[in-house]
This record gives sequence, C-alpha cells and structure tokens, in this order.
Amino acid sequence: MARVLILFAHPAFEKSRVHKAMVKQVLKVEGITFHDLYESYPDFDIDLDREQELLLQHDVIVFQHPFYWYSCPAILKQWEDLVLEHGWAYGRGGTKLSGKILFNAITAGGREEIYQESGYNRFTIKQLLVPFEQTAQLCKMIYLPPFVIHDTHRMNPSSIELGALRYKQVIEDFKNDKIIQKDLQNLKYLNEIIPAPSELKN
Amino acid sequence: MDQKDFLFQAMIYLAAAVVMVPVAKKLGLGSVLGYLLAGIVIGPAFLGFIGQEGQDLMHFAEFGVVMMLFLIGLELEPELLWKLRKPILGLGGSQVVLTTAVVTMIAMLFGFAWQPALAIGMIVSLSSTAIVLQTLNEKGLMKLAAGQSSFSVLLFQDVAVIPMLALFPLLATYVPPEVADAEHHTKTLVDGLPGWGHTLVVLGSVGIIILAGRYLIKPLFRIVARTRLRELFTASALLLIVGTAVLMTQVGLSPALGTFLAGVVLANSEYKHELESDIEPFKGLFLGLFFIAVGASIDFALILQQPLTVFSLVALLIIVKGLVLYLLGKIFKLGTDQNLIFSFALSQVGEFAFVLFSYSLTEGILPKPTIDIMIAVVAISMGLTPLLMVLNERYVQPRIGSCTEVPVDKLPDNIDEKNPVIIAGFGNFGSTVGRFLRAHKIGTTILDIDSDRVDLLRKMGFKVYYGDASRYDLLVSAGADTAKLIIITLEPPDKRLEMIETIKKHFPNLRMLVRAQNRFDAYDLMNAGMLHVYRETIDTSVRMGVDVMKLLGYRAYTAQRAARTFLKIDEKNLRKLSAIRDPDQYILAAKEKIEELEQIIQAERGDLILQEDGAWDEESLIAEMQENGVRLLTSSAPEPGSQENGS
Repeated sequence: MARVLILFAHPAFEKSRVHKAMVKQVLKVEGITFHDLYESYPDFDIDLDREQELLLQHDVIVFQHPFYWYSCPAILKQWEDLVLEHGWAYGRGGTKLSGKILFNAITAGGREEIYQESGYNRFTIKQLLVPFEQTAQLCKMIYLPPFVIHDTHRMNPSSIELGALRYKQVIEDFKNDKIIQKDLQNLKYLNEIIPAPSELKN
Repeated sequence: MDQKDFLFQAMIYLAAAVVMVPVAKKLGLGSVLGYLLAGIVIGPAFLGFIGQEGQDLMHFAEFGVVMMLFLIGLELEPELLWKLRKPILGLGGSQVVLTTAVVTMIAMLFGFAWQPALAIGMIVSLSSTAIVLQTLNEKGLMKLAAGQSSFSVLLFQDVAVIPMLALFPLLATYVPPEVADAEHHTKTLVDGLPGWGHTLVVLGSVGIIILAGRYLIKPLFRIVARTRLRELFTASALLLIVGTAVLMTQVGLSPALGTFLAGVVLANSEYKHELESDIEPFKGLFLGLFFIAVGASIDFALILQQPLTVFSLVALLIIVKGLVLYLLGKIFKLGTDQNLIFSFALSQVGEFAFVLFSYSLTEGILPKPTIDIMIAVVAISMGLTPLLMVLNERYVQPRIGSCTEVPVDKLPDNIDEKNPVIIAGFGNFGSTVGRFLRAHKIGTTILDIDSDRVDLLRKMGFKVYYGDASRYDLLVSAGADTAKLIIITLEPPDKRLEMIETIKKHFPNLRMLVRAQNRFDAYDLMNAGMLHVYRETIDTSVRMGVDVMKLLGYRAYTAQRAARTFLKIDEKNLRKLSAIRDPDQYILAAKEKIEELEQIIQAERGDLILQEDGAWDEESLIAEMQENGVRLLTSSAPEPGSQENGS
C-alpha cells in the first residue's frame, strides 16, 4: 500500500468551491496524509524539519492547488525553496526523495481547449508545469502527468461533485497500488485513468 | 430573642434546609417541596423546634418574595412589560374576577352571608408568587407560554391585593372583638388623607421610583462601584430594595410591586448583572426561609381533628381554581400541555391569604374557627403545588404528548445575547482583542470591573457589563455555558487563576485564552493547565527588535524571520520550564535557565539566531560546485533559483 501525502495550498480555501469538494472527498480516503500548508504556516514560516520528515514517510507526493498565474500559490514555492535542500533533496548526497512519485492536482478557470499552441494560453498545462517536472527530475523523483479540473468558474454543483469524486478515485488507486506507472507517462492528464464521471455516478 | 438563641434557631433552619432540599431534589421533587418538608419536620408537628413564631417568621421571610419580584423586574425591560399588557390585564383580570365569583357562590352554598363569602372568594383567587415562580424557574418553564401566562396572572394578583385591602372594611358583618385601631395593619403616611390625596401620593411614589431609578441610582452605583468594595455594592443593592419596600408600605402599596417596578427601571442598566448576582443568594435564602415557615405553620393538630373537612376543602379549592384557570387558558389559546402546567401551577392559594385572613379577623368579617381551618387549607394547598406539578409532569403530560420544549419567541431571554466570545477584562489588552473581533463582526460579551470604562464603552455602543468576572454567577449570566471561548485579560494574576479554576469546574467546554504579564506569570498559567497563554510584552518587544535591525540596515524579511525564530525558541524554553512543578526544582531549573540565557546571549553576539536559519543557504552548493568544477554545470541543469541569486 502506497503512502500518499497531499500538500494542499490555497490562500482563500473558504472561497473555493471546487477545492472544497475535492478536499471533502479526498479526506474520505483512509490512511493518506492531508497537509494544509496555508493553515499550518499562515506566516510562511515553514518548519523545514517537519516537512522533510513528512516527505520521508511517504511514497506519493501530490501538490494540490489552484493554477494561479500558470503556476502554484506562493506558499508552495516557499515550501520548495526551503524544504528541497541541497544535499538532502538534490546535489551531493541528496537522494532522500529518490524514487518517490510527484504530481500536481490542479484546478484551472480556463477550458481545456485554450491550453494549446493555437489557444488563448499558447501552452498546454503540461508545458506550463515544466518547472515542477524538472524539480522532480533533479530530486530523482518520478513526475507524473497532472490531475486537472478545467473550467471551474462555470461548473455547476453536480459537475464539481463528479470532478471531486474522480480525484478521490485517483488518490485511492494510488494508495491501493492499482496504478501502473509505465502506462502513465504518455497520458495527457491523470484524469484519464478513471472512467468518465458519468459512469462514476453509480 | 438573645444572640445564643438566634444562632441556635439559625442553625436549625439551615440544617433542615441543607438536609431536606438535596433529598427532595434527588427525588426529583424540586427545592420548594424540600423546604416545605424541612419546615414540617422542624415544626410543632414533629421535632417542635419552631412553635408559634412560625407565623411571624413567615411575615419576615416574605421579604424573599419582594426580592424575587425585584429580580423578575430586572429581567423585564419596559418594552417587554408593555408587550405583556394583554395577558396581565386580560388573563390576570378575568382569573381574579371569575375565581372570586365562583368561590363566593360556593361559600354562600356553605351558608355564609355574601360579605364573608366574598372575602373568602377574593382571598382564594390569589395564588402563591413565591411557590409558583420558584417551581417554574427551577423546571425551566418560565420562558414557555405557561410560564409567561402564570407570571402575568401573578403580577395582576399582586396589584389586586391593594383594592382588596381597601374593600375589606366594607365587608364587616359584626363588630370585631378588639376595635383598638381599625387600621392597625396599615398605619401609614397616607392615613387621614382624602381619596384624591391618597391617589396623588401613590402616583407620586411610583414617579419617585422611576425618576430615581433613571437619574439617581445609576450615578450612585457608579460611585459605589468606583470604591471597588464588593460588599458595599451588595449593601447598596439591598438598600435599594429595602428602601423601595419601606416607601411602598408607607404609602400603602405592595412592597413587592414597588421593587418590581424598581427592577424594571434598572433592567436596561449596565449594573443589571451585578445586581442580579448580588441579590440572588439573599432571595434564595429568604424564600427558603419562607417555605420553611409555611411548612412549619401547617397545623397538624387541627388537621387530625377534622381531616375530612380539611382535605375535602383542599381538594375543592384546587379543583375549582384549576378548572377556572383551565377554562381561561383555553379562551386565551394556550396549548393543552401549556394550559395544564398553567392550571396546576396556579391552583393553590397564595401567601397573601395569611395576611388577608388575619386582617379579616380583625375587621370582623370571618369568625376564628373558619379562619383556622382555612389557614390549614391554604398551607396544604401550597405544599401540594410542587407535588401536583411533579404529578402533571410525570403522569398527565406524557398522555397528551406534551411539547414543553417549544419556547415562545417574544419572551425575555435570560441574557440578551448569545455571543460566542466572552472577554473578561477590557483594559488595554482586552480592548485591543475586542476591537479586532468587533471589526470582524464576531459577537463578544464584555465583562469589566472599571465602572468609568463600562460607562464610556456603553456610550460607544459596546456591550459591556459591570462585574467581577471571576464570579461563577456573573459568568452564568454572561452566557458562559453557551459561549465557545473566553478571553481572560484581568489585571490581577490571582483573579485570573481563580477564574480559571471556576471555569474548569463549571464550564468544562469553554476554551480559555489567557493573558500573562511576564514569563513567571506564564509559568503559573501553564501549570494551571492553560494551553493558550499570551505574554503581553513578548511580541511587541521582539517587533521593536525587528525595527532596530531594519534601521541598522538589515533586510526586512531577514529581520522578520530572525524574530520568528527567536519567538519559537523562546516559547519552547518557556514550555520546558513550566513543565517542572516542584518548587525546589523550579528554582534550580531557573538557575540553569539563567545560565542558559547567558549562553544564549553570548552566542547571539555571534549571530547565533540568524545563523540557525539555514534557509536559502548556498554554502554547500557552492562548495560542491567548486570541487566538481565545470562538470556540475554541464551534467546537471542549473539549480532552480540558486546560481542566479547567488550572494
């Protein structure tokens, strides 16, 4: 059974509809660790030792956050800057994270179509996430395609609920070792490993 | 009665109450029945500790009723009283008139002339304020429709006594045995005044109470409060009540009514809660004494002589009164369950009967044998009330599917706010927290001991109450059992610890956030089990240090992080030390801490605190790069964010 750690970053969680639904669902998965960074470190004063200890105790690391400015909210960047130390996560002797899985679970206001070369945002989500991919690479981690919920501003409560259920299922599958990594690298989004939401309904 | 005798008597009463009341409560019978039983036990019928003085004692203890009405008045703001005018006049009025009429007719059937029959009717129409309100309060029924209706009726009855007293001399059928002074019961200021003068004096005294309550009492309390002597405040509160009672008896009005009025006038004042908690214990004791006296005055010898007569009369009275009440309850649209509570509660004859019966003897209305039997009947009916309430609750209500939990919205609440946060102490510390919470519309109930401040803050629109926040009763009235958090910022350390103990004992669900003055104060609070302790100077002094660093040219963020690290280490040391309880060890550890402090201070000269922050450190990276030379740059991608920003 894989040990899953969700590092959650949302500066205004109380205002988020989609993340609220996602968190609610994912908390139902027993035996995973959910870590709310803004709640733990409202002053960005990240406890380095504690965070490194948490990383050591888990196999699958998930960055769950809204896709602000084609990246993550500030605290997650602060977390990376502080926790991924030289000689610990990378560089000489920096092998502590080697072999662990990392992926982003993000929400984006824009629709899927606008994240492509001919689209409004010119790049795909995967391209925009390259800094995370390379960070994982440097730390000898396995970076997987993201789990993405698009078009969040126009979602109705039932589609939010379906998205959240799908997210829960992904996390649960990771936890139960149901996911075969080599099949995943070519996927666009991790969403694809779970059947379409309409079938999830029942 | 000499002093020794007095102490002995006091001991008997207190012992009887202390033994019997818990027993009665345990049996689910309520405190009133407990006191009554205590009275019966120590009365002439059993142990004989009290003899004839029971009657005198009762008149004395009736003062408890006066205090109770003052407290009821405090809970009733004038607007609410005005809202209740319909039930008071309508329900109360028709109850008195109808019961009087029915009982008068029955008495005439028993062969009385119309005058004595009318006297009996009027006396019987009254119910016992003391027993009814105490029982309803204890059962938490006061806020329900039944409680409010009962209260309205009782209030009307209190007023109705006055015209009854005036009417009695006209009902005399024979010349009373001793005509020494026909008015000897009501020898007052208004004697000899013509009717219009009397009315004028009565209106004048009511005016005095209202005006004094508005313009004299409040500044007076403020002066008294400023002395910070609690007993002086209690004395002033008692003076207020006794003074009002004296004024009322002087002009021939019911003292209970006067103090009720005084209570209503003060219901909006900031001293409301303080007055309540000061008077409450006195009221309880006096009422207890009153119930004991009622119990002791039940004449068992007479009852044993004519048991059938007495008990059938009791049954008759209770049934007649109860039926009239039930009928009126129906007309005034009380629900069946509420109506049953209402009818059972008011079905007894009240304590005014003792006064009125002896009055009717001196006025020559009723013969002595009748009065003796009637007094026994009244006492038994009072004693039976709590029992009837219990019977109703246990056997009658379940059959009709009662829903006593439904409260009536428009009724006065015990305290007019249910705020999640209580702030005890609104000095510099508490007021900052209070303003912050207020800015975010978080409801706070504030308790403060500084009367000037209370006054000012109230003017500014804050909800502030005057009182010593470490007291249990004040905490209760401030809603400590419904609040979520309490912020304790009282100035004296002892008071804070005292308050913590009280809250731990009585409100285990209330979370405490406590202000500490310094390190040592914080140790005490932590040893008292406090998890949220706030030293009042630590954040400010460190913030000052941050500004010093900034002014000396340090980067703001660096200074800020240094401050956080400093606070964290300091807090850790604080907790370590507070865990040590043994006083000797404490001193030893404190010595160690001083040595440690010395070390820390020395180390800090070498920037220890800043050095400890290894974040964004690039030394190891640079070292690795220098050793590996160009290889690192080619074999691995540039490190995120490090080379570019290199120091």
